Amino acid sequence: MRSIVELRNHPLELYKFRKRLTICAGFVLLLFLTLFARFFYLQVTQGEHYHTLAEANRISIAPLVPNRGLILDRNGKILAQNYSTYTLELTPNKIPDLDATLKELANYVEITPSDLEQFRKLLRENKRFKSLPIRSRLTDEEVARFAANRYRFPGVEIQARILRYYPYGELAAHVVGYISRISDKDLEQLETSGELDNYRGSHFIGRIGIEQSYEQELHGITGFDEVETDAAGRSIRVLSRTPPISGNNLVLSLDIDLQQVANDAFGDRRGALVAIDPTNGEVLAFVSKPGFDANLFVGGIDHKNWKQLNESIDRPLNNRALRGVYPPGSTFKPFMALAALELGLRSPWYAISDIGYFSLPGTERRYRDWKVGGHGRVDLHKSLVVSCDTYYYGLAHDMGIDRIHNYIKQFGLGEKTGIDINGEVDGLLPSREWKMRRHNQRWYAGDTISVGIGQGYVLATPLQLAFSTGIIANRGKAFQPHFVKQVTNSQTGVTRELPKNLLYTVDHDPKNMELVHRALVDVTKPGGTAAKAAAGARYTFAGKTGTSQVIGIKQNERYKEELVAERHRDHAMFVAYAPADNPKIALSVLVENGGSGGSTAAPVARQVLDYFLLGILPESKTADPVAASEHTHPH
Amino acid sequence: MPLVGIRKLWHYFTRYIDSFLLTGILLLMVIGLVTLYSATGGDINRVIKQAVHMFIALSIMWLVANIPLQQIMRLALPLYVLGFVLLIGVALFGEINNGARRWLNIGISRIQPSEIMKIAVPLMMAWYFDKYEITLRLREYLGAAIILLLPVLLILRQPDLGTALLIAASGFYVLFLAGLSWRIIGGLIVAAVGSVPVLWSFMHDYQRQRVLTLIDPSQDALGAGYHTIQSSIAIGSGGIVGKGWQNGTQTQLDFLPEQSTDFIFAVFSEEFGLIGNSLLLLLYLIVIGRCMVITANASTQFTRLIAGSITLTFCTYIFVNMGMVSGILPVVGVPLPLISYGGTSLVTMLLGFGILMSIQTHPKLVKT
Repeated sequence: MRSIVELRNHPLELYKFRKRLTICAGFVLLLFLTLFARFFYLQVTQGEHYHTLAEANRISIAPLVPNRGLILDRNGKILAQNYSTYTLELTPNKIPDLDATLKELANYVEITPSDLEQFRKLLRENKRFKSLPIRSRLTDEEVARFAANRYRFPGVEIQARILRYYPYGELAAHVVGYISRISDKDLEQLETSGELDNYRGSHFIGRIGIEQSYEQELHGITGFDEVETDAAGRSIRVLSRTPPISGNNLVLSLDIDLQQVANDAFGDRRGALVAIDPTNGEVLAFVSKPGFDANLFVGGIDHKNWKQLNESIDRPLNNRALRGVYPPGSTFKPFMALAALELGLRSPWYAISDIGYFSLPGTERRYRDWKVGGHGRVDLHKSLVVSCDTYYYGLAHDMGIDRIHNYIKQFGLGEKTGIDINGEVDGLLPSREWKMRRHNQRWYAGDTISVGIGQGYVLATPLQLAFSTGIIANRGKAFQPHFVKQVTNSQTGVTRELPKNLLYTVDHDPKNMELVHRALVDVTKPGGTAAKAAAGARYTFAGKTGTSQVIGIKQNERYKEELVAERHRDHAMFVAYAPADNPKIALSVLVENGGSGGSTAAPVARQVLDYFLLGILPESKTADPVAASEHTHPH
Repeated sequence: MPLVGIRKLWHYFTRYIDSFLLTGILLLMVIGLVTLYSATGGDINRVIKQAVHMFIALSIMWLVANIPLQQIMRLALPLYVLGFVLLIGVALFGEINNGARRWLNIGISRIQPSEIMKIAVPLMMAWYFDKYEITLRLREYLGAAIILLLPVLLILRQPDLGTALLIAASGFYVLFLAGLSWRIIGGLIVAAVGSVPVLWSFMHDYQRQRVLTLIDPSQDALGAGYHTIQSSIAIGSGGIVGKGWQNGTQTQLDFLPEQSTDFIFAVFSEEFGLIGNSLLLLLYLIVIGRCMVITANASTQFTRLIAGSITLTFCTYIFVNMGMVSGILPVVGVPLPLISYGGTSLVTMLLGFGILMSIQTHPKLVKT
């Protein structure tokens, strides 16, 4: 039955159906053409664009951090070196519950409250996608324990890191400085200086000292791996490698053994010592006491240690040698004496009769000599040997502040020396203009009198004093003080000597210089203020003691050391150079609240000179890296 | 003697097989396996597993091809009713997976009743139109619309927008080929456009996201837009000649999502380029062309309608899949016929081809 029905309707039905089917076929063709057009657009028109995108997907750049250059002393002893260690690091934005993770981690790896605190500090200071260390120097056992449970801690990784180690701990911290983690602020600076690319992958940057000022030499050039990565960011293989170039090694002029001797000579006293080779400006020793252990800063210093260092009344972080300004006291007198001779204001034979004080003509005010009753007849030679104040009060008055300023300026006092670490301060060699500018006051005659003995407005750093003393030692030649002697390319081993830099020569009559020089030698001879400290020396040396006032003394008071609180006692100063006829070393010593220069500062200088010139150790002491910082020695 | 026996056996096996269509299908399957090998990073086990899927599906095709259409026609109503009941079952007791209720656990295994409906709906509608062939008036069309809309709405509720639309399309093809008047089609198009805002309000967030992502994939480059962006990069970076088999970086480095199933075309496209794409499109067109010829020559209303619907649904799968992978359609879970990894869709697809072969190879009533 059905088939008959179908037969009957067949032609018309079939015609209508085939018409519809043709429409469909046309539509299908249209859709396929659309697809083809789309493929053509993607693969031909935009092919290049998508090819680039695919390559960008595929290839990522992994920086290879260069090894930081070593810092050595002049005898090749290592002052700063690298060691590799395992650190445990967390990437905050990959961790869902940070607190829980930290708690859980403590079951596998020891995490002290101070580690935690330091980590929280890093957390505040850094972006959340950065990998931040919570523990460094993991033991092998800790590494193994964590590795076995790694899957529980997404976003937590063990990283092999190169850290910095300072074998001498606090002995040279003020010179060598330290590195610490690169902060966001550092990144901004690197970006403006265009160095950011070279710091991709770097975690540390020099913070102070040589580490900071020679950052560019030390850092090296970052290399790169072109790595093929998959969608999960795992690297599949290295396509090409540009190896990193290690930073250059620096050889300092510093003698770490001499540094140790100088450091020990201070005992528990605070102070500073700067020793320079006057013939070329090389810094031989550079002490600021107390120091601090630079190793504390490398991984980021914890709060407790920071507080201790920062709030200590002894201010260990303050680089006294570089940044401490003190009235030079009587160490100023040799320059005054030379000025007097050069300017023709005094002849060597001219003498005063010192009765213990000086008064300006027509005034009552007395400027006292340190010796009650005075020194009697005093000529220029004796004025230096016994450090007669009265002689210099009169001289200063005759010379006037303008001539004092203009002459002594040549010796670099009150001015940055331009040494090769950052943070140096100016000090002050006063002038009329300065006083007007600073205090909006005119210069009084009385101001000049105190300047004559290195008090009043005059301020200098221990570094400046050593530099100026060096100029006298080297008969007028001023060499640029500097720490870095050689730069060694760590790839090629090629060593580049940094040239000594003669800044200028102070114009002078050699006869005058000789007079001052002889007087300074006699300071260390019987009758001189440093005679006691110099007794028995197997070399001749020149020196000048000084006392730098901490508190002003009223008109009718005398300074009584035993009555003044320790922190208010005068600073003891001493400058020296030796051997007297052919100086190899010029130095300045400051002992804070040490009283008189001859009794506390000069003995420090003597120990340093003994060791430097004769190799004699005070006791049996050499710089010992392990003993110097055993508590921070890496595993 | 044995030669005759083998020949007889061969004849017995291939009697109801359309060799033209089979060749096309097998070629596409080989392309699928080759691409799958690359997409899985050389996982021969997956390829073997897919080959087994293919063998099973081909067997089912062979089985169906051997059944005369009258018998298949008889299956239409029971199959539809069974599918419908199962869909109700899903709505009541279905397992929830990824926020959608699509699966029904019937003890031995989990089944997805919407998959049955992919073939049951066009079968049922073709049967329906065949039954009311003479008196095709609006009333009959309304009946057909109900047959179509009931399962579609149930599937939409699961929710499974992709499947619902595909089934709706397969039903609509029957309506269209049965001669639905252009006025009504026009009206439907207007209604469809008008219902967009309504549909939007019924959509789930993830569905909306897919549509929004289509408009601007970069808006959500690591989320919903990731699929489209990475597959566009894969296709585009293939260029004219492609990167070569197993050399597609997008594929081999896992940037492509679902690269062995719904997005396998991106793998093919990256590695064989525009030339490969064109050949693939051509091969599909040849298969479609053969299906069209079978459809045009079908003798009864039922066979015509079911053959047309199967053919056009096949085209729809191809277009929707390639469209979504190349970024001109939203991402809906539609596999690329005969090439994507997976057994279920392969079986459904070859079931359809079995019906087409049956139509082509069994004696036609009209010719007598």
